[in-house]
Amino acid sequence: MYHYDDFDRAFVAERNAQFRAQVERRLDGSLTEEEFKPLRLMNGVYLQLHAYMLRVAIPYGTISTPQMRVLAELAERWDKGYGHFTTRQNIQYNWPKLVDIPDMLDRLGDVGMHAIQTSGNTIRNVTADHFAGAARDEVADPRPYAELLRQWSTDHPEFQFLPRKFKIAVTGAPNDRAVTRAHDIGLVLRERNGEIGFEVLIGGGLGRTPMIGKTVRDFLPVADLLPYCEAIVSVYNRLGRRDNKYKARIKITVHETGIDEMRRQIEASFAELRPLFDDTAMAALDRIKAQFALPSFLNGPTEIDLSDPVLRSFVDTNVTPHKRDDHAIVTISLKAHGRTPGDASAEQMRVMADLAERYAYGELRISHEQNVILPHVRRGDLAALHAALGAVGLGTANVGLASDIIACPGMDYCALATARSIPVAQQIAMRIDEMGIEHDIGALKIKISGCINACGHHHVGHIGILGLDRAGVENYQITLGGDGTERAAIGERAGPGFAYDEIVPAVERLVLAYLDVREDAGETFLDAYRRLGPAPFKAALYPEEKRDAA
Amino acid sequence: MSRRPFTPKVLTANLLREGDVVYLDATDAWVADLHRAELIEHEARAADRLAFAEAQSSRVVGAYLTDMKAGPNGPEPVHFREGFRATGPSNYPHGKQAGA
Ligand code: HEM
Ligand code: SF4
Repeated sequence: MYHYDDFDRAFVAERNAQFRAQVERRLDGSLTEEEFKPLRLMNGVYLQLHAYMLRVAIPYGTISTPQMRVLAELAERWDKGYGHFTTRQNIQYNWPKLVDIPDMLDRLGDVGMHAIQTSGNTIRNVTADHFAGAARDEVADPRPYAELLRQWSTDHPEFQFLPRKFKIAVTGAPNDRAVTRAHDIGLVLRERNGEIGFEVLIGGGLGRTPMIGKTVRDFLPVADLLPYCEAIVSVYNRLGRRDNKYKARIKITVHETGIDEMRRQIEASFAELRPLFDDTAMAALDRIKAQFALPSFLNGPTEIDLSDPVLRSFVDTNVTPHKRDDHAIVTISLKAHGRTPGDASAEQMRVMADLAERYAYGELRISHEQNVILPHVRRGDLAALHAALGAVGLGTANVGLASDIIACPGMDYCALATARSIPVAQQIAMRIDEMGIEHDIGALKIKISGCINACGHHHVGHIGILGLDRAGVENYQITLGGDGTERAAIGERAGPGFAYDEIVPAVERLVLAYLDVREDAGETFLDAYRRLGPAPFKAALYPEEKRDAA
Repeated sequence: MSRRPFTPKVLTANLLREGDVVYLDATDAWVADLHRAELIEHEARAADRLAFAEAQSSRVVGAYLTDMKAGPNGPEPVHFREGFRATGPSNYPHGKQAGA
């Protein structure tokens, strides 16, 4: 587990003291809102619909048990008893009072956490595969590189005023669980002739103009990581459009400039920058790697008794093979049917911290799919762990299934929203559960955003749902066939949108149509869509049109 | 050139210290309950109220005028967004509905 060094602590403490003074000056009237707003945003404080919101970074999704307990404490002392885990491995508090936020930040600082660069046109929280360090398919643990990037990008003087926000994701595995292809920079660790390096992708992004990232370098030696990223960001800083907010992300720069020309300029800039980087970064990397050393694993049984059908079902969906045969990766679902996706109460956070200590060497992760991971659990402890999770409503066996929905806060909280997402997610999950077909449907990713900004990743949902405002009424557009993995694809719009009370029945018709047309239970929704194209799904969504055409 | 006719409005904002949604009533007070807000029927009055709110920047933040209609108990939202601001989120009773 990485521990912040004294420099980090001093930096965070100083920023917190500065912010406390800024809040005081805002409250006593010596700062106007125009002056204060950029300062609060730099510290992760937004104004939403009902209240302020505080966004706290969980770098590369890795969090320790003391940190999780502090998140619980914040929820209880200064919020309404819960927090919301987001698709970018952050946690958001929906109800903090401005006057309390400096205390919240100080408390976070005690355990090396902060809200710096969770907003604004800076390099945001660097995200990583949530199975990092534990995954059987990984080439190497991506987190040391993510941490190196975090150190490089935090408070980087040239990169505080980029044309627009900038997001980096890193994965160490060929199976992309970090959505690297939808990030401004996506880094995929690869092995070539016994060496480790990165495939570097740029220009991915969702939002108004979704784009899949393009490969700019197919193999970058590890030692070149920082100068190469600096070259990318510098070229973007120079070429990125500052005239139009909607065209300011690097995805548009890549689209307008072309990947070949981008590559040429990046490589030219890299050639200039490379000599300026000595090997201090690589020395730092060695120190960082030591901090991410795996725990001293205890041996245990590989075969366990799965005769209890409830445990069996949990193991089928929420447990992933670990590097070691006698261990497993456990995903704790924050998607109990009918609950708000990604929310955890203070009590649940504490229980997860306790269980991580008891069964998982004290390690926890937050996934971009808004769930919590215990990356190293002995298989022999799975039954006891499952029972303990069930006792606090955390035992739902639905990871990767239809009710494991990503949903952004939408109109229930977000000031930018055009429609609600949370209740749509809640109702879809309840309906699928009532129908008793969830396990039969199998792997299915439904993702919902409450506006075109696409924080809920709807473009890469197998079924994507986008909430819009059509003449003062909520309306939901469906996209089909999106994929956020290494086979990334942007979903295609299925047709006209659905009213709030029609969207759940529409999704129901879609999944029933899938059950009808699939070859066998091994063919997933996405596979069936890829084989058959949209026609049978559109026919299910719009039955009247089929009738009209007949 | 035709101008859209003025439609009734309420002045709303969030409290600076707490963040809570508030409305301006006819006596210059910031109230939590939408029904007690002043329904502004004239354009000139709307401009006055907005100027008043902007001068109160040490009490409120993000002041704006928004369309409302007259109801039996006072102003009512025209758009669902203001409906949520007036009552709270739909997933938990954590907003104004908590006190109702
Ligand atoms: C106050 C709440 C929020 C605000 C104001 C907000 C604002 C935005 C905006 C304006 C964009 C579009 C950026 C662009 O395309 O240039 C965006 C994208 C995004 N946000 Fe949010 N967001 C909020 C909450 C969230 C939450 C809760 C999540 C996670 C669940 C999230 C994750 C993302 C992601 C993943 C994207 C799209 C990826 C991309 O950057 O292209 N945001 N957000
Ligand atoms: S997608 Fe829109 S509604 Fe949802 S959180 Fe992002 S900005 Fe808000």
